[in-house]
Amino acid sequence: MKLIILNDYDQASEWAAKYIRNKILLFKPNPDKYFTLGLPTGSTPLGCYKKLIEYHKNGEISFQYVKTFNMDEYVGLPRDHPESYHSFMWNNFFKHIDIRAENTHILDGNAADLQVECAAFEEKISAAGGIELFVGGIGPDGHIAFNEPGSSLVSRTRVKTLAQDTIIANARFFDGDLSKVPTMALTVGVGTVMDAKEVMILITGAHKAFALYKAIEDGVNHMWTVSAFQQHPQTVFVCDEDATLELRVKTVKYFKGMMHVHNKLVETLPPEPKPN
Amino acid sequence: MPSNKSVSDAPITQFVNCRILREHKLQREDLWVREGKILDPEKLFFDEQGYADTRVDCEGSIMAPGFIDTQINGGYGMDFSQPSDDVNAGISFVAKKILEHGVTSFCPTLVTSPPAVYHKVLPQIKAHSGGQHGAGVLGVHLEGPFISSEKKGAHPEKYLRTFQSGGMADLTETYGSLDNVTVVTLAPELAGSQSVVRELSARGVTVSLGHSVANLSQAEDAVQHGASFITHLFNAMLPFHHRDPGIVGLLTSDRIPPGRTVFYGMIADGIHTNPAALRIAHRAHPSGGRVLRSVLPSGSRRRVKGVSLLSARLVVSPGLVLVTDAITAMGLPPGRHTLGQQVIEIQGLHAYVAGTKTLCGSIATMDMCVRHFKQASGCSMEEALEAAALHPAQLLGISHTKGKLDYGADADLVLLDDALNVKSTFISGEKVWSRTP
Repeated sequence: MKLIILNDYDQASEWAAKYIRNKILLFKPNPDKYFTLGLPTGSTPLGCYKKLIEYHKNGEISFQYVKTFNMDEYVGLPRDHPESYHSFMWNNFFKHIDIRAENTHILDGNAADLQVECAAFEEKISAAGGIELFVGGIGPDGHIAFNEPGSSLVSRTRVKTLAQDTIIANARFFDGDLSKVPTMALTVGVGTVMDAKEVMILITGAHKAFALYKAIEDGVNHMWTVSAFQQHPQTVFVCDEDATLELRVKTVKYFKGMMHVHNKLVETLPPEPKPN
Repeated sequence: MPSNKSVSDAPITQFVNCRILREHKLQREDLWVREGKILDPEKLFFDEQGYADTRVDCEGSIMAPGFIDTQINGGYGMDFSQPSDDVNAGISFVAKKILEHGVTSFCPTLVTSPPAVYHKVLPQIKAHSGGQHGAGVLGVHLEGPFISSEKKGAHPEKYLRTFQSGGMADLTETYGSLDNVTVVTLAPELAGSQSVVRELSARGVTVSLGHSVANLSQAEDAVQHGASFITHLFNAMLPFHHRDPGIVGLLTSDRIPPGRTVFYGMIADGIHTNPAALRIAHRAHPSGGRVLRSVLPSGSRRRVKGVSLLSARLVVSPGLVLVTDAITAMGLPPGRHTLGQQVIEIQGLHAYVAGTKTLCGSIATMDMCVRHFKQASGCSMEEALEAAALHPAQLLGISHTKGKLDYGADADLVLLDDALNVKSTFISGEKVWSRTP
């Protein structure tokens, strides 16, 4: 497990974006070999998306041969609702980059048969050869995607009822009206994310500090679903100083001491040698 | 799963690198066009899994809806009011030339003429879409002859008429068919005007008040019967007086039926309207009144919790409509020109009767009016552009297709630099004029 500690939200976002950029570049995607990327929504990854868009506009990366799989979507919310995760992905990422619609995958919360939709999503991930890098964020209660506290740590993509905390927290996006907040969502399971070759979790802000403590210093616990990734062979937690407030000094010092090594992962890659 | 572009196989153009005027704001967004209409790219992406076939780099330009001129009498030596067997030749010529001013549709305007001219000319002018051939014709604006002799301006007095036969009968007798008429300017103080205003409005013809000595209550009555426009505000009407503000008083009248807007045409050429008068007109309908319902920007919504910023506000939709009121001489180079019986001299923005200092009409172009209006009124870029596109479209009741860059609207576009000089013009998504070849 790696823990990357940056000064603030912007630096954490930039580090995460550079990491994703380098992963895609080193993979050398091509028409026969797509890079598969799992993606979150929410306010935490916004800065990272902005940076990725910037790298795309600079000509550093293309998403032409990238397939994306989103973590979750509300049930019953119209797709073009401004708070739907389809709208989120379109407005904050897809419309700014060169990805083809057919290579993006977001669960359809309006599907006639939600279980079939979930099973089909797992199928699509398998058909794409699994996820190379799954990027996620967490809630203050440590939920990853909509795997609310108490979710099975080997769960797969399924329909999930939202916790009351989540509904209240989300009411601010729905005119402060609890009755307008969707109460169910489709979400990848913890097991689905665990199957990815690599997982990167973004955690920023003081309000997520306890969750970060639970994620890395406490034991694996289904009441803090993000803690499952302690058992993943390749997990990177990217956080800001604020999020480390509940960690032991020892933990913070240990990982900070390794930043000079970890920073090599995000250095600009040398240009491709021109084929003769 | 829908196949790629399941809705249509027509090619899709994506205008990139532009600041488009949408929701009263210039915003960095791409604009997508298919089959001449503005496309919702999110729907295209998720429903059709489609993508653009061609991308047009707008090089950071401003993109506004194509301008709409609701009052233009001619230009480039052509006079729409001249009886001729081929009126359309003149209209087409001007229609093509005004593309370079960003105008994508217009209302050819006929000034007071004898009935024989209307009967000859009107059946020839059919509303039609714009394209490579020129700006679209939305229908004719008939300015006169049912106007005041005291405020006739340049209209020939001998052809002025009243509603002596009761109203519509006079209209039919004078104009013949109203099939291709969109705007009629009349003086509301003429006896019998109320039934005419009602009948024209019921038929979907915009009634404009002008060339009139009407007092405010006469003007308000006309508005209550359906009139919705004021022809070249301040010009050819009683000057503002605090005890009877006349037609000008409509700008702040409290007798406008709820939900209605009285639009007012302004010749913002810097000559026909003093900049101070332009500012008065602009500030009478401040843009702040546009807030129909208070909406927090999406970014701030997340931070402001439980605070209701919804409050009752006086709703006034801004109604300033830029018009050129251009005459035959518009577009001609400086110097002396013989137009009909008259010799005129063009110096800068002034068109004089040769050898005198008598103005003989506006030679302003729409893009000049937009620039001058912005500079003189101190309004925002958005407000200046909307006065030339959105407001005329709203006035004519066509804002679902024109005057906006909303999804589903016609892709009539004008690209401008930051000084509001026109760089290129598009109709139905097709480039119809460009400064650089």
